[in-house]
Amino acid sequence: MNFEFTEEQNLLREQARGFLQDHCSMKVVREALENGAPFNADLWKKVTEMGWTSTVIPEEYDGLGLSYLELSVIADELGRAVAPLPFSSSVYLATEAILAYGSRSQKETWLPKLASGEVIGTFAMAEAPGQTSPASLSTTGGDSVSGTKIPVADAEIADFAIVVTKSDTGDGASLSIVELDQGSVTKESVATIDPSRSHSSVTFNKANAELLGEDGAGWAATQNILNRAAPLFAWEQAGGSDAALEMAKEYALGRYAFGRPIASYQAIKHKLANMYVKNTLARSNCYYGAWALNTDAAELPVAAATSRVAAIQAYYFASKENIQTHGGMGFTWEFDCQFHYRRAKLLSVNIGSEGQWQDKLISAIEQQNAA
Amino acid sequence: MDFNDSPEEAKFREEAATWLKANIPSSQDLEGLDFIQQAKLWQKKKADAGWAVIRWPQEYGGRGATAIEQVILNQEEGKLNAPNTGMFGIGQGMAAPTMMTWATEEQKLRYLPKLASGEEVWCQLFSEPAGGSDLAALRTKAERDGDDWIINGQKIWTSGAQYSDWGIIVLRTDPNMPKHQGLSYFFLDMKSPGIEIKPIKQMSGASGFNEVYFTDVRVSDAQRLGEVGQGWQVALTTLMNERASIGGGGGGGAGFRSAMALAEKMNIDDRPAIEDRGVRAKLANWYVQESGLKFTGYRSMTALSRGEIPGPENSIGKLVGAPKSQDLASFAIDLMEQAGIMYTAESEEVDSLFQSAYMSIPGFRIAGGTDEIMANIIAERVLGLPQEPRVDKGIPFTDVPTSSGD
Repeated sequence: MNFEFTEEQNLLREQARGFLQDHCSMKVVREALENGAPFNADLWKKVTEMGWTSTVIPEEYDGLGLSYLELSVIADELGRAVAPLPFSSSVYLATEAILAYGSRSQKETWLPKLASGEVIGTFAMAEAPGQTSPASLSTTGGDSVSGTKIPVADAEIADFAIVVTKSDTGDGASLSIVELDQGSVTKESVATIDPSRSHSSVTFNKANAELLGEDGAGWAATQNILNRAAPLFAWEQAGGSDAALEMAKEYALGRYAFGRPIASYQAIKHKLANMYVKNTLARSNCYYGAWALNTDAAELPVAAATSRVAAIQAYYFASKENIQTHGGMGFTWEFDCQFHYRRAKLLSVNIGSEGQWQDKLISAIEQQNAA
Repeated sequence: MDFNDSPEEAKFREEAATWLKANIPSSQDLEGLDFIQQAKLWQKKKADAGWAVIRWPQEYGGRGATAIEQVILNQEEGKLNAPNTGMFGIGQGMAAPTMMTWATEEQKLRYLPKLASGEEVWCQLFSEPAGGSDLAALRTKAERDGDDWIINGQKIWTSGAQYSDWGIIVLRTDPNMPKHQGLSYFFLDMKSPGIEIKPIKQMSGASGFNEVYFTDVRVSDAQRLGEVGQGWQVALTTLMNERASIGGGGGGGAGFRSAMALAEKMNIDDRPAIEDRGVRAKLANWYVQESGLKFTGYRSMTALSRGEIPGPENSIGKLVGAPKSQDLASFAIDLMEQAGIMYTAESEEVDSLFQSAYMSIPGFRIAGGTDEIMANIIAERVLGLPQEPRVDKGIPFTDVPTSSGD
């Protein structure tokens, strides 16, 4: 049995954690929340210099050619730090989409620049409140994209977006690569529950575009891209869950009520023990997701959904009960508890909600059973 | 990261599987034997060939194997329809480690090999009506009489007392000392005069536990483990091993797979229940919990495989597993609607699985540490949170307030 990270991967974790403690403290997250800037450009530059954006990109496209296990370690640490970066949009979604479906020339155009961090990509799917499906899509695609996507993460700073569009053929959807710096694309910032990350409404008016993958095969491709992104999102959630538990624990040990630390009351001890239980289930399921992603296993749909459901539940629980453990101070702007509570909900809906992933998990198991 | 054995592990697995397949008792071998005889037959066969308690030193009946080899052997045996040897678990899993730490060499050589081979079965006499989660509140007393001690009182929740040869027991030898300091630890012959064993009928109708009454029962001072008054420290050796022994959450086969199969068979609004989003969400949550426990186990196994000590992750097993099984069984009964209440213990119907689980799982949430005690253990030993202040420390045991007020 060898179901654990290697020594080198653990070293990478130490290095990443140290780097983020130095350069992405809670003070930096707070600045991102308060200053209205779309991202921390300085931090992003440092992260790209560390090579994190190039982790899984093959060496022929100027990447490091490392595995998804290294990327999992980085995601875990970024989540722990609540990093105000477009990493998930550019790395887990846009890069993955081009790696999986890009033509040779699309890969040559985008991957080296994604690797170096010279360009940022994002993924534009939702158009309105409610679940997105081929039937709900109204944005049209192909070589010319028209329609409005909202909310699109990191669109303000992204150079291009992978846009999910409707198609009259095949599975009812297609994917297009659209460069965002053109007159026929307008972006408007939207307020969200997590302003430490930027989101926009993006309107395309006959925007120049290039098809990614086959016309009418975009919905299957979208599901695959989301399945590949899910374990990585889950690692960020697992990292955030552990950080929220540590924050709650530290406060409970230091805060006295009725003459003793509140950490000595069973009501608080059991709350924190329950956080630990959920975090452990999430982390172990993230291992499963990382293994499936890394080995391109047939179980990926099951493993992705399993890691995702567990991580959504763990981060939501840890972030809300962290506030509760802090009492009134946890509800203040001044305290940092809010960062995890905001990020937990952003990460829980941005590639499909808990209910969707629960449903996908059972569907994937049904497919396994039928096979 | 993979699920593969190392070359040495693969070799051991092959060797274990080959021996097990060649030696597992046939149905003819087992014909006419009750479950105790079946278990003893299989355990003896394993012990004679060096495949029982393989982690123990050779002189006590083992072969000095590694922890990961024990896991592999268990996995391979689990694949076969071998007689259930769970009745030896308390002796081998709790009494034996305590004996190894605290008994004399002569005692170890006398008792451990027969424990290994299943020729002698052991039980654990710890809990009392006045002390369960608060074990050190126990009151069964032992009074010195020459080279012996005389025991009077009552133990409860003793699994397998009726077929056990020996028992490990914690007794109050000085009620005037503070409660943890007045205890001593012994092992005794379960056939001693003055021991009376009464089965407890559980709410499920089954009887897996006993009350054990002691009236002027004599035990030799030579069978004391640890010093007089050191019984609590000795008991901690046993309890540390109890948590390792009581792993899963119970419920037998009432897990995700059977719940999903039931949801495919039952209807909601004339459609298969499995198509209902609410049903799917619940099933998904149980799958995620089972999967999380499975891969947590794989992480621990990896640590063993690397010769490291596993982290504390596995402490969540019972706390997750037992409530999960209870909720799953309850939900499965709901899916059967009015007919869900129907249950006979003898029924061959696959669906009575859930009714049976529903009636037995409350016990799993209590045995070997209640959910609440397990949460305390995680909070204190894993997260390092402080204990609750206590009113029973540093005063004579006789002054500690009790339920009965005396």
